[in-house]
Formats: sequence, C-alpha cells, structure tokens
Amino acid sequence: MGLFRLRWHRSKHLLLLFLPALVYYILFKYVPMFGILISFKDYNPFQGVWQSEWVGLKHYALFFNSPDSFKLIKNTILLGVYKLIFSFPAPVILALLLNEVRVGMVKKLAQTISYLPHFISNVVVVSMMFLFLSPTGGIVNQVIEWLGYASVNFMQDENYFRSLYIISEIWQHVGWDTIIYLAALSAIDPQLYEASTVDGANRWHQLLHVTLPGIAPAIVTLLILNVGHVLDIGFEKVLLMQNPSIYSTADVLSTYVFRTGIQAMNYSYGTAIDLFTSVINLMFIFTANWISRRTSGTSLW
Amino acid sequence: MKFKFSAFDILLYLILCAITISAVYPFVYMIAVSLSGTVPVLKGEVFLWPKQFNLNTYTAVFDNPAIGRAYFNTILYTVLGTAISLLITAAGAYSLSKREMLFRKTFMVMVVITLFFSGGMIPTFLVVRSYDLLDTIWAMVLPGAISTWNLIVMRTFFSAMPQEVEESGKIDGLTDIGIFFRLVLPLSKAILATIGLFYGVSIWNNFFSALLYLRDADLFPLQVIVRNMVLQGAGGANGASNVGGDSLIVDESLKYATIIVTTVPILLVYPFLQKHFAKGALIGSVKG
Repeated sequence: MGLFRLRWHRSKHLLLLFLPALVYYILFKYVPMFGILISFKDYNPFQGVWQSEWVGLKHYALFFNSPDSFKLIKNTILLGVYKLIFSFPAPVILALLLNEVRVGMVKKLAQTISYLPHFISNVVVVSMMFLFLSPTGGIVNQVIEWLGYASVNFMQDENYFRSLYIISEIWQHVGWDTIIYLAALSAIDPQLYEASTVDGANRWHQLLHVTLPGIAPAIVTLLILNVGHVLDIGFEKVLLMQNPSIYSTADVLSTYVFRTGIQAMNYSYGTAIDLFTSVINLMFIFTANWISRRTSGTSLW
Repeated sequence: MKFKFSAFDILLYLILCAITISAVYPFVYMIAVSLSGTVPVLKGEVFLWPKQFNLNTYTAVFDNPAIGRAYFNTILYTVLGTAISLLITAAGAYSLSKREMLFRKTFMVMVVITLFFSGGMIPTFLVVRSYDLLDTIWAMVLPGAISTWNLIVMRTFFSAMPQEVEESGKIDGLTDIGIFFRLVLPLSKAILATIGLFYGVSIWNNFFSALLYLRDADLFPLQVIVRNMVLQGAGGANGASNVGGDSLIVDESLKYATIIVTTVPILLVYPFLQKHFAKGALIGSVKG
C-alpha cells in the first residue's frame, strides 16, 4: 500500500493532465459502447436505455429477414473489396514511382501537389463530381460530346456508382497515403542497392529484390488495418453521392443505419445493424492479423 | 551528377505529370469558370483561364447572408475545436508518455481499444442528445475532440523527448503540470502545428457532425450550405439566373465560386504547413 501511495503522490499531477482525456473517452467513447445494449431492447426514449424492455435478437432477426439486408451487405462488401483491390495498391505504386525519380526537386513537387486533394472535404469532392459529370454542361460530358458520343448521366446511373466512388477515393488519398511507404523506402539501407549493382542487378531487379522486400512490413501492416475496416465505408461520401434512384448499388449498411435508425428513429434496429458491422470488422482484423503473423511474422500487436 | 534518361524515365515523368495535373486541374478549372463572364461559360469555352473576367459570382456569394453566417460558424467551430482538441490531446499524450504515471498501461489499453471498436452512430447520437448538446456549438466540437491516432502520434513524440527537459524542470521546483506547460509545449511547436492542422482541417471539413447533431439553420457550417446549394440544387435548373439587380450569373459559376470560397482557406494554409505535416505524420508511423 505504501508503494501505491508513493506512486499516486508522484503521478497525481500527471493524472490531472490526463483527466480531460479520460473524461472524454468515458463520456464519448465508453458510454456509447454500453448504449449497444439497446440493440437487444425496444428502446423507448422516455424510459431510457436501462428501463426499456428486453427483446433479445428481435432486431437482428428483423434485419436479416428484411428484403434489403442481402443487397445492403452485398453492396457494402463489394465496395469494401473493390476499395481494397484498387485503392489499396495505388499509393504503393505511386510511392515506388516517386522512389524512381532521381531529381530531388521533381519528387518533392510531385509529392506536395499530390497531397493536396486529401485536405478537400467530402462535400466539396462530391459537389465537384456532380458539377463536372453533369449531363448538361459538365466538363466531362462536354468532352464526351465533342468526341461524338452521347452525354452520360453518371451520377444518376447505378452502374457508375462503384467506379466513381473508387476513382474519387483514389484521387483524394493516393498522394497522402504514400507518406508511410516513402518513409519505409527511405529507411532501406543504400548499401543494399550498391551491393546489388555490383552483382549486376538492373532497376527492375532492384525493385523486386531490394525495394519491395524493404517495404513489405509496411504494406502488410496497412493491409491488415484496411482489411479490418473493409465494411467501414466512408459514410459521408456515400451519403452525399447517393439518391434513391441508385440505391441498388449505392445503399450501404452505414447509410441505411442513418436513414432507418436516425432519420426514422428506429434506434434499436439501427444499432443492431451497426453492431453487426463492428463485429464483422473485428473478425476480419483478427483473422487478417492471425494470417499475417503466421505467414510473414508481421503483427499489429 | 548526370543521369541518362531512359524510355522508362520518360514514361515515369509522364505518369507523374498526369497525376499532379489531375490533382490541380479541377481547382484551376473551377477558379477559371467562377471568374468568367456568362456567355463564355454557357458556350463551354472556359477551360484554363477566365474569359470576360469579373467578380460577379463572388459578390453574389458574399451577399448571401446564409453563407456569411455559415462562414462565421465554421471559423468559430474550427478555432474553438482546434484549441480544445489540441490542449486535451497534448495533455493526455504527455501523461501517457510518462512511465511513472499510475494506471498508464490501463489508460493506454482503454485508448487503443477505441481504434478497433466503437459504440457506433446511434448510441453516440443518443448519448450526445442525452447530454443536451444537440443544436449547440459543443455538438460540433466535443464528440470528436480527440482523434486517437493523433493522441498516439503525440505520445510517440513526447516519449522521444530528452529526459533533461523534465529534470531541469524538477530542479527548478516545477510540478509535472508546470513542466508540461512551461517547458514541454514550447519545445513541441512543430508537432503542435501539425496536429493542430489535422484537427483544424477535419473540423473545417466536417459535415457528418452537423448532419447528425444540428437542426438549427443558424448553426450550420459551410459544408452544409455547400451541400444544400450544390447537391440539393437550391439553384434550380442549370442555366442563368438573376441574382439581385441586373447582373446575370450562371448557376454553375455561382456553385464553383461557393466551392472555392469554402476551400480557399485550406488551399492557402496548405503550402506553408506542408513540410511540417509530412514530418509529423511520420512520427506516429514509428512503431512504439
């Protein structure tokens, strides 16, 4: 007990510094976690979380029996998987390209400019998409018409939604996401390159046998993190891009939760879907991490 | 040093050129259209620089009382929010970087768990509502006050700070709080600028919180106004409309001007802080 009191005495000022953060985490992160209970209850705002009646898995059954559930899960997974396939490798490739640039100033300039879209809000990005892709006077359709084709109503056509989402996602983040790979690249020992040159390796050989193995741990770590968020489709952007006419591809779990849960005030039902998403995400991240530890020795924890 | 440019190099530079142009051109185009006269815009003649240069669209944007109001709100949320976030993140990160703190491990686990699991949209909404924060400034500032990534980045930074700083403070009779405010913070300007920028940009760009927590139009930030104007087509059909007096303004140009006005603060701050934040973002990537 004496030791405890000594440590308490020595760290009480540090604890005071941590107090605001602690209060924040409890109030805005941990209290909502207990709110998950309402997914097993019929939440009644007048009775509150604790007093509302238990209903077991009613809301889960309701969701999985609803005609929308299959479509929503499919849309969410497809969007997440496409994102993994197309927007995950993009910054790796860009970083490797930047790494091949030997004029320092060009590299710096290309980096600086490519970071820029990362700082533009989703509202502005989606607004730009609507304006540029507009069938009446949008610059993209102007070009299409100039080439002699009929203009396309991109934003109202469910067949274009996924491509537009992924392309804009790459445009926004490809530059910024190179930062971590460029750091890993700069940590590769230059002697490895010199040694491989002596052995007669060309740039392609160096890429395969020095550069890629050098950044592999970074790639794997980020891949695990991304797999863990495969169902966390950026809610803001999808919501801004979608409209009822393209729900068949554009409606995902999070936007559905917003519509039915918050806007239509089916709080318990929405929370059930949210919790389902979180649990699947957790399973993904644990599995990905387990596989990675088994095969490459890289692990998040 | 001289390089031999191979075919590969030429291809490389062409690709990088295409990427950088794609990042910048949309803004060039929007600025050009928003500064052009009605006729060239309707004819689709503006691509790179303004034709029949004028500022009518910008006058119209700033004459719109809703935009002025929203601009003020966004600035208020950004300044207040960044100050709060930065202060509690830095204080929390500093204490977590000190080995002697009681419960340090417990707190760290508690913080990291939130990276992987959260209550979700609805429980968070209900909690914010139960604290009576709906339709207040605080709804825009408090629920996202700490980004756990930023906290971990700062903790890594403080962990690497030399012991001598703390020791010299102790000799001068300062408490840990005194050391933090008087010695540590002044030595951490680069990281504070970086994380402050991250927080500032994310609050400036935040649409989600406003959508979820605000009903009162007087509290709307710019992002909501832009959404309402551009995406929900408050301007009606595409074409020219009379916006006050006899200056004819193309609806599209007005929307571009609104977008530019919303984005310009970020475009202006960006080049100056660019070299800091790349460095700051890296500190956190060191596993620790």
